[in-house]
Amino acid sequence: MLGVLLMLVPLVAAVIIMFAPARAARGVALIGTLVGLGLAILAAIDFNGWGSGGWGLEFHRDLLPSLGISLTFGADSVSMLLVLLTVLLMPLAVIGSWTAVTERLREYYAWLLVLSTAMIGVFLARDLLVFYVCFEFTLVPMFFLIAIYGSTNRAWASVKFFLYTFLGSLFAFTGFLYVAWANAEHGGVWSFSIPDLAHFASTGMTSTEQAWVLLALMAGFAVKIPLFPVHTWLPLAHTEAPTAGSVLLAAVLLKLGTYGLYRFVLPMTPSAVVDWAPLIGILAIVGILYAALICWVQTDVKKLVAYSSVSHLGFCVLGLFALNPLGLQGSVLYMINHGLSTGALFFMIGMMYERYHTRDMGVVGGLAAKMPVWSFFMVFFVLASVGLPGLNGFVSEFLCLIGTFAAGDVGAYPGVLGPWFAAFAALGMIFTAMYLLIMVGKVVFGPLREPAGDHGPLPADLTVREIIVLVPLAAACIWIGVQPDIIMDSMSGAIEHTLAVYPDLVSPVRETVAGAMP
Amino acid sequence: MTERLWMLIPELIVLAGAVSCAIIGISRSVAVRRSLPIVAFVTLIVALVATWIVYQDGVASLGSGDWAVPMPWLGKSLIGVSVVVGLVLVLVQAGFVDHSYEDAVAAGRSTFDPLRTSRGEYYVFFLLSLCGLMLTSVAPDLIWLFLALELTSLPTYIMVAIGRIDRRAQEAAMKYFFLGAMAAAIFLFGFAMLYGATGTMSLVGMKDVLTARLAETGSIGTLATLGLLLSIFGIAFKLAAAPLHMYAADVYEGAAAPVTAFLGFVPKAGGVVALMLILSVTGWMEEGGSLPEAVLITLWIVAVLTMTLGNIGALLQTRVKRMLAYSSISHSGYILIGIIAGPGDGFVAVLVYLLAYGLSNTATFAVLASLKRGGGEVETLDDLTGLRERHPSMAWAMAISAGSLLGFPPLLGFWGKLLLFIAGIATGHIVLVIIAAINSAISGWYYLRLVALPLTGSPTASSRSVERGDWNGPRIAAVTACAAVIVLPLFLGDIIGEAEEGVGVAGREVPHQAGEDVAGAGALVSLGRVSP
Repeated sequence: MLGVLLMLVPLVAAVIIMFAPARAARGVALIGTLVGLGLAILAAIDFNGWGSGGWGLEFHRDLLPSLGISLTFGADSVSMLLVLLTVLLMPLAVIGSWTAVTERLREYYAWLLVLSTAMIGVFLARDLLVFYVCFEFTLVPMFFLIAIYGSTNRAWASVKFFLYTFLGSLFAFTGFLYVAWANAEHGGVWSFSIPDLAHFASTGMTSTEQAWVLLALMAGFAVKIPLFPVHTWLPLAHTEAPTAGSVLLAAVLLKLGTYGLYRFVLPMTPSAVVDWAPLIGILAIVGILYAALICWVQTDVKKLVAYSSVSHLGFCVLGLFALNPLGLQGSVLYMINHGLSTGALFFMIGMMYERYHTRDMGVVGGLAAKMPVWSFFMVFFVLASVGLPGLNGFVSEFLCLIGTFAAGDVGAYPGVLGPWFAAFAALGMIFTAMYLLIMVGKVVFGPLREPAGDHGPLPADLTVREIIVLVPLAAACIWIGVQPDIIMDSMSGAIEHTLAVYPDLVSPVRETVAGAMP
Repeated sequence: MTERLWMLIPELIVLAGAVSCAIIGISRSVAVRRSLPIVAFVTLIVALVATWIVYQDGVASLGSGDWAVPMPWLGKSLIGVSVVVGLVLVLVQAGFVDHSYEDAVAAGRSTFDPLRTSRGEYYVFFLLSLCGLMLTSVAPDLIWLFLALELTSLPTYIMVAIGRIDRRAQEAAMKYFFLGAMAAAIFLFGFAMLYGATGTMSLVGMKDVLTARLAETGSIGTLATLGLLLSIFGIAFKLAAAPLHMYAADVYEGAAAPVTAFLGFVPKAGGVVALMLILSVTGWMEEGGSLPEAVLITLWIVAVLTMTLGNIGALLQTRVKRMLAYSSISHSGYILIGIIAGPGDGFVAVLVYLLAYGLSNTATFAVLASLKRGGGEVETLDDLTGLRERHPSMAWAMAISAGSLLGFPPLLGFWGKLLLFIAGIATGHIVLVIIAAINSAISGWYYLRLVALPLTGSPTASSRSVERGDWNGPRIAAVTACAAVIVLPLFLGDIIGEAEEGVGVAGREVPHQAGEDVAGAGALVSLGRVSP
């Protein structure tokens, strides 16, 4: 029931906002998101799946028994962590938009809250159609957030964002339906329950069938992640979206893609994954390096951070397809860390933009002289993003790479990536450090450069409100950096559960390896 | 015979309603004339209640004997769907025919002359066409089927012409009429061939002859196949399916928006039902039956062409009604997936999709009918840009109905498409479903414009002059249909139950007894039937 409440609270708040006077919108939104955060913390304390791989927040109600469609929710520890990330960011997004959004307030906050309902729904869904409905529905609020509140090129950015993702998820949908039908054909009863379908698909489908399903699902999730070469919607959407939109887009919406890989692709199509992991690994690495090189030549700060997301999410995918607990742990941790640090970076850029109305590094620079507090946080989050040991990014990036490296020898898990993959991906780490530090060098340090004209009503440096937005994120970054083991232990059970089918696939791989030797 | 008449009571009620409209329409009293939409509305509700009552006693007279029909329960489901959409359509029509003349009479500028008014006639034709649609679903033989189909279509030609005083409407009506006549000739020729091949007019009788021949020789024969193909092409006109879809854009654009709303649903539903019935003669509703290869391939190609041409055509339009015309073409293509998937899942999906499409499509035209600009209709996308500023409810209605047409979850259109896709996959037509998925994505582009421009655009010079229409009917219709599109998914179980009952075949177990609670009573009917 608590899980349903988590989704209902923002929805109810959104409805209240639509009928309340516009000046109350921000307050109601803040209260709604804070209540959501409180509920989620309660749920997390109450949750007994930490570490064990068990399920919590369970809820079940039949919707359409003849087709096996039901309203089923539940969370394993990975879902729980991502829900926590979402609800932590929501109040910050509301506080962060306090002065930035000035017109059509009610719709803005209502869409923001609806978005949070849909995102939590994705993470909690245990029924395939509920998942798909929520997954698709995230597009609607984000579409309006970009199309109404974005910057100059917003119309095209929102349309491109919508169509790209919609096209991809239609393929995923077809794949899902195929699995559901095959399951019904096999068992005689329709079911859209995710565990049932995953169990059936992994054991009852041939590897050719699995490969087709994998292709369909990847079409949906790769766009969302986004994986090279279907990443081109992202920079545009990110750049044009309002600050809170960019934050949620980077921090949570991209994770819907990687979460989809974790929840569906890995457990459903294991033998196809083993076959195709090298190709996906190569795409991930190309994405890491290519996006990093693009970042290097950006002059628009927001675009730079947007491309850096493409690069970072490549590590995430690589970790998932390492197919061992180490890689998966790193990857899930990466999802959270990227949410924290990139989310924070988008907040930082939003704060700068609110003052100078430009994101061009050629025009703005050397802000350390004028905005010391802002500069402090900027350097901090950049370092977190680069992967400075002691901060959060380091642990997850390192784990993803170690996992990929270790996937070279076939042990308990059929690792198919290996040292070469890790080596090329590690090159990405160096690039990341380069472009982010160059950016910091230009924007924060050096002689002060400001565009002429009025800089708006905000004070030169950060206000208390803005610092309140950043402090929780910074604290989380430090905490994860210092004590990653708490989170890593918490998800170990869930990850083993997801990888449960893979050890069985080891022996055939071994045999082929042995057979290939003279 | 009397039993058969008993089953036709709903149709007779609609006929009686049509006659009363004809009389009321020429009354000298304004108040009486004003009651026209109410009469039509009440007629439809009474017909719906009557349907419940006559089907309560079972369908013995439809299931066997001289008047046996292939799918005895189809009438109930189809009348349900067509009356629900028909009620919304009555609201859309309210008050627009002859309005300048009526205004002149009301203002005393003109005296009322029964010869000059056509408002009453409009409602007559409206109800007659619906009556034709209802009759189609219970057709036992080819003659009945032909007459019912023509009763559905003929009134629409006139409705297009008298819907508005405009050269474009006259042109559209002529075009529609001549092409319609040609299509009728084509499928009549097909019917003749079927008769020649089997020696009987009865659909069930034909099925018996053809299945016997199939068992004997392994095929239903060239003449029968040719007859089927010609019938399919002729009926494709009613569906606005390729290759006979060319008229749709011009006719839809030329007709007044309320008439277009009607054209988008009623003839199309008639075509769908006719297709189901005419294909039943191949015996594919029997256990283990299947369509002849040639027919299946033809339907497949028609489906792919229809959805692709429809969607690509819609991409290129800037005029809203043309865009929606092409969109309705593409929906015929999706519906054909259900037809191809066949009896059982496929037909269930078709019926549910008809309901979803009917409501959403009617809602889009209701929005257009509820607005006016400079004395005329809202025509281009420009006129709709920034609609939200002055007509927020209509902007939202447009967005919701376009979302439903796109098949966006959780709206009704999504569930319709879900069932179609499942049916397609379950019968092994995965390629067709993938093509449909790609088409849905293409359609995203233009439906998104209908969502985005009214809600997020800033008003243009032309959209600032858009005003509220003179009647509240279309506005109420749009809001009601949108509410239905949002709420009905909650009752999807019941809707599917009704549809499963509707496609039950005589001789096969009727899935559920009337009146019983059918929600979720069983798996989709054909699960046991599909072959791996």
